[in-house]
Order: sequence, then C-alpha cells, then structure tokens
Amino acid sequence: MNLDKCKKGHKIRITGIGNSDIRAQAIRFGISEGEIVCCAEVVPAGPVVVQKNNQEIAIGRRLARQIAVELIS
Amino acid sequence: MHCHDSGVKINIPPDSRKIVLAGNPNVGKSVFFNALTGLYVDVSNYPGTTLEISHGRYGNDVIIDTPGVYGISSFNDEERIARDIILDADVVVDIVDAVHLERDLFLTQQIIDTGVPMVVALNMLDEAGKQGRKIDIDLLEDLLGVPVIPTVAVKQMGMDELKEKICCARSGHIDIGLHSKLHELHDRVANQGEALLILEGDPVVAERHGIAPGSEREEIYLNRRARVNDIVGHVVSEGSKGLGFGSILGRMMIQPVTGIPILLFCLYLMYKFIGVFIAGDIVGFTEETLMQGKYEPFVRSIVGRYFSESSVPGSILIGEFGVLTMTVTYILGLLLPLVLGFYLVLSAFEDSGYLPRIAALTDRALSGIGLNGRAVIPIILGFGCVTLATIVTRVLGSERERRIAVFLLALAIPCSAQLAVIAGLITSLNGTLVALYVISILTVLIVTGTLLNRFLPGESTDLLIDLPPLRLPRIENVLKKTITKSYHFVLEATPLFAGGALLIGILQVTGLLEMLQRLLQPVTVGWLGMPKESATIFIMGFVRRDFGAAGLYNLGLNDFQTVIGLVTITLFVPCIASTLIIFKERSRREGFIMWSGVLFLAFLIGGSLNQVYRATGSVYGVIIGLISVLLATLLLTKIFVRKPKLTSEGINYGR
Ligand SMILES: Nc1nc2c(ncn2[C@@H]2O[C@H](COP(=O)(O)OP(=O)(O)OP(=O)(O)O)[C@@H](O)[C@H]2O)c(=O)[nH]1
Ligand SMILES: [Mg+2]
Repeated sequence: MNLDKCKKGHKIRITGIGNSDIRAQAIRFGISEGEIVCCAEVVPAGPVVVQKNNQEIAIGRRLARQIAVELIS
Repeated sequence: MHCHDSGVKINIPPDSRKIVLAGNPNVGKSVFFNALTGLYVDVSNYPGTTLEISHGRYGNDVIIDTPGVYGISSFNDEERIARDIILDADVVVDIVDAVHLERDLFLTQQIIDTGVPMVVALNMLDEAGKQGRKIDIDLLEDLLGVPVIPTVAVKQMGMDELKEKICCARSGHIDIGLHSKLHELHDRVANQGEALLILEGDPVVAERHGIAPGSEREEIYLNRRARVNDIVGHVVSEGSKGLGFGSILGRMMIQPVTGIPILLFCLYLMYKFIGVFIAGDIVGFTEETLMQGKYEPFVRSIVGRYFSESSVPGSILIGEFGVLTMTVTYILGLLLPLVLGFYLVLSAFEDSGYLPRIAALTDRALSGIGLNGRAVIPIILGFGCVTLATIVTRVLGSERERRIAVFLLALAIPCSAQLAVIAGLITSLNGTLVALYVISILTVLIVTGTLLNRFLPGESTDLLIDLPPLRLPRIENVLKKTITKSYHFVLEATPLFAGGALLIGILQVTGLLEMLQRLLQPVTVGWLGMPKESATIFIMGFVRRDFGAAGLYNLGLNDFQTVIGLVTITLFVPCIASTLIIFKERSRREGFIMWSGVLFLAFLIGGSLNQVYRATGSVYGVIIGLISVLLATLLLTKIFVRKPKLTSEGINYGR
C-alpha cells in the first residue's frame, strides 16, 4: 500500500521511499524507512500529514504516492 | 580566514572567535541571538537569496545567527548558508527544542560529527514540562559529549549559565566507524567538517576540494538517526497528554471544510489592515501629504535652480516621471508602507506556525499549476508588489517552479497599487460585470498555469513540510523580521525603480513614448474596441501599473469597455521595475520570452473577450465562453496527463 491510500488514524510502518533526496530528508525528520508513524490527517486529494511523537509533517499527494507503507492498525 | 565564495563578507577582528547559533527552524535561535548581542546588530543579505543573516558582538567575540535547518547539506539556500557558516565556526551554540528532541538531535549529531566545539542549549523546557516530558540532562550530556544547558529562552532562564559555558564548548562523541573514515580523508581535506560533507556527498563542498562527492550519505544518515533515536530513548520519559486546543485548531486549519473559512477570515482581516488602513489612511498621508505635498516641491525647488523642469535633464530628474520625484515618492510614499504591511502579516503568519498550514491547505490547488504549497508566499506577496514577489520566488524548490511562478505573477496577479484603482473602478459596475472580470483573471491564471505545468519540461518539487506547533507570535520577532525584510527589499528595488524611471524619462524626451502610443492605437481601437486615447493608458501602465488603471477613469468608457480595459491592464506587462527584475532573475532570453508572452496574452485575451461579446451580444455569452475554455483545458490535461516519471527504485506506484 502507498501512503496516499491511508486513512486518518491509521498506524503505519514506512517501508519504502522512492526518491533518494526525499529519503535523506525523511531520515532527518525521523520518518525514515522502518519507522512507525501515525496518519494524522488526510487533506482530500491534498497532502497527507504523518505524525511521530510531537512531530507533524505534511507530505504532498504526489510524494505520498511514492511512499510505500504497511498498515499496522 | 578560510573564505567561502558563497557568502557575504562579515568583518571579524582577527583575535575574536566566531560563535554560531545553529538549530532547527523555530527553536528560539533568534531569541537567544537578541539576548546575547543586545542592540548592535548587523544584518547582511546573502547574494542571490532572500535570506538575511544577523551578526553582532558578544564581548570580544562575534555571534552569528543562522537560518533554521534540519541538517546541513545543499538541499536549499538555507542549508547552503547554514552549512558554510557552521563549517567556518569556532564555537557552535546548538539550540535544541526539547519538545522535538528526536528531530533536532539529528542536526546536533551532524554538527558534532564535523568536530567543531559545541554547547547545547536545551530550550522550550517549559513546553516540554507542560506535556509531562522529562529529560535527563546529565545523561544527555554524557551521551553527546558536550555541555547541555537547560533553558527557557523567552523567560531568559538559563541564559547566564549558557554564557558561562560557552568557553567550555568541546567536540562531542563521534561514531567510531565514521571517525575512522573521516581520518582516512584527513590528508586531503584538513577540515573535518568539510571531510564529513564530502563523505555525505555534498556536491558543493566536494567541488571546492576537487574531490568526487562520496556516495555514503544514506548509510551515514541512517547510522546517525539510529544513534539519535537511541539517545532519545535513554534520556526522555514521556508523560501523558491530550490534544491541546492548539493542535485541534492546527488540524482545522489544513482541512478544507474548516481551513478555507479560516483562511478567508484571515485574508479578510488582512484586507482590512492592508487594503483599507495602510493603502488608504497611511498611504494617503505618506504619498500625498508627505511626498507630493512636502518632498516633491522641495526637490523641485532645489533642482529647479539649475535646470528648468522643461529642459531635458530637468524632466528626467524632476519631470512627470522624474527619478528624484516619481521614483522616490513611489518607493517611499506608496511601496514601503504596503511592503511593510504585507511583511508584517506574513511574519505573523510565519511566527505563529500558520504559514506552513496554509501551504498544506493550498498544496492541492497549487500542484495543479505546477507549484506546491510553498508558493503561497510569493503569491500573497504578489498582491503587495509583483517586483517583491518575483524576488521571493527564490524560495521555490526548482527552476521549473520559479519559471512558472514568475510568469504567472507577471501575467495574472494585480499588485496593490493596481488593486486600489481596480477596486475603485469596479464599484461602478454591476454584479455580472464584476463576475466577468474576476472569472476572466481566474481563468487566465488557471489555464496558463495548467498548460505551463503540462508542457514545461522538468519536474516540480513536492511539498514536504514540518508543521510546527501553533504559538502566539512574538511582537518583537515579527517587527524585526518585517523591518529587515522590507529594508532589504527597498535596497534591492530602488535601483530598479530608478532605472525604470530613467528609461521612461528618456523615452519621453526623445518622443519615443508618443510614437509607441501611436503604434498601439490600431490594436486598441480595432481589436479591443476601446477609444484611441486608451493606448496612452497601456503605455502608462508600463511606467506604473496604477497609473494605467487610473487612466481608465477619464476615458468615458461604457461598462463593458471598462471591464475589457481592466482585464487587459491587469494582464498587461507588469511595471517597468518588475520587468527589470524578471530580466535579472531569469536569463535575458527567458525574460524576453516571458515579457513578450505576457504582452501578447494580455491583448489576445482582452480582444477575444471583446470579439466574443460582439458575436454573442451578451455578457453571459462571454462568461460561458470563459468557463468552457477553463473546463476544456482541465479536461484535456486530465485525459492527456503526463506519465509521472518513475524515479523510484523498485517501488510500485498506485494509480
Ligand atoms: N514557550 C517557549 N517559547 C519559546 C522559547 N524560546 C523561543 N520561543 C518561541 O519560539 C518561537 C520561535 O523563536 P525564534 O527565536 O524566532 O526561532 P528561530 O530558531 O530563530 O526560528 P527561525 O529563524 O525561523 O529558524 C517564538 O515565537 C519564540 O517566542 C521557550 O523557551 N519557550
Ligand atoms: Mg531566527
């Protein structure tokens, strides 16, 4: 499954990020591959907001489509 | 001193240390900077960016503030500048937000890995406390290997201890594997920080040393992330917390159902403040009373002693478009108050954490025209001054986005000087015609943006933005940002406006201005269906956009002609200063294409509206025409979507 298909409240594990620059930035934010995050908000057709601890990050829809995730709950 | 060619020159006495404040965005660096330096602060602008770097004296040393970054590399201007200042530092004071420790420590560890002596200020402990978050400071100090000082910057807590500990700054613990790799590079790159960045594949630093950039960024980053997560796991104990009002409001701001009304409400307040108070009362005073009433007669009388106003130098200096009269009045009397107003609002949005949420809310709409949510910043500023907004497009992530944004700003965003006049004219029109005007401009904006996005080569960047907690903005911070940004704008824009006035002055005294007006007449009369005098207002629109629009008052136009005039003048080539900045920011060739493209489109669209009106005989016909063009464009680009380029390595895309 990809991040753009997630629903608000889903708990997910990030399994793959397509682009290497984005992967580097995600590591800095602490949402790199393998991390468990919460899908905090989904703007209809717009960005997906993921949350980890106190951190909230908005991810554009096209980018979210390139992030593979695994549903945990 | 090792001098990096990317920066401004900061004068630093030979025996003083460079103390650099570094940290993630919004962690309190500037509050620390102000507390440590006091009044004597210099702000320098980095060439080619809109970033201002403050530096000030601290005893015998110099303190330098840096832009907030999540790591140092070459991802954007902020990082490049922060990187160069940090690599050049004698001591780094790293400000860390206790609430976002896991995010912030990545940068901390990266700076430790550069080997520079460091102290950490663990800030925002009040907010962390409110969330029931406890941090073992002694253990953190041991694990990082550098002094850690607990602080609450806004309450000045911990400041004295920080000042004492700056002299105890030391290099922290580095991962053993990384350390030996850095050691291997030591012969070729003496500076450990630069060696680190080369290993991490930073192209700029690698090039400075003539070494191929390394390919181990990801491995180094992952190790660092693991190390940081481990440290956080040991030092933080989490309390329980519910969602505060701040986070609920924050969520509401990005969901369209609630976010759009909130945004509209904020824009309405902004309109009341800038559009009514500043553009009306303040500008009325500064432009008319102060500049035209006092200043202009004064320079006229002085210059008039040497040149008569009708002589060639006289008319260039103090004539209708005089460099000393019109330019100065325009910049100080009109633009400066408006730019201050816009920056005040924008800084308040930024400081409160609302701006990134506006970016998230508008991302969807903006990605349709090849931009992302970040582009709201230049777009909002464009309604203040298109010249300013064109400069600010430097914040966008790619050349492609800058190209689209600069073009759309030049074409379809009316600046405040023009808006005032448009608003005045529009009140005399009936609702259908007002709708026609608004729909025309929106259609042009959307259709042009969509087509550019469809046909321009390259890829636009996507939104990836941290949503900081909402806070009440701090007046001091907001004012400081407003004043430095406006000041730098005036510095950068004055030569443009003066050069523009000079050019127009020359056109006028040589008679070329009149010739241009005559050349334009067939277009205005035949194609736009406007009286022949209207050619003048288009030329005037080039001098100052509001002059152009104001000229429509006196032409005795019928209502439909007024709309055609307004649409054309809104789309028409931006004023001469923004023309010059377009040429400066883009290449000469691209600037020329944009400029003539805007000119062509303005007349094409204005004229088409007129022709459709004649053919259908009704305003509704024109509106229906516009809407069908809009829908057709959206539909066609939907059908012939560009295949997204597959940049992924082995990931499946959902459709
Ligand atoms: N509650 C609390 N707020 C703080 C503290 N320190 C700073 N702030 C607030 O945090 C916000 C950001 O502070 P700045 O000093 O502008 O942060 P900065 O690191 O300079 O931000 P950038 O320059 O944008 O990277 C301001 O609204 C400050 O008032 C603190 O210790 N506690
Ligand atoms: Mg700051």
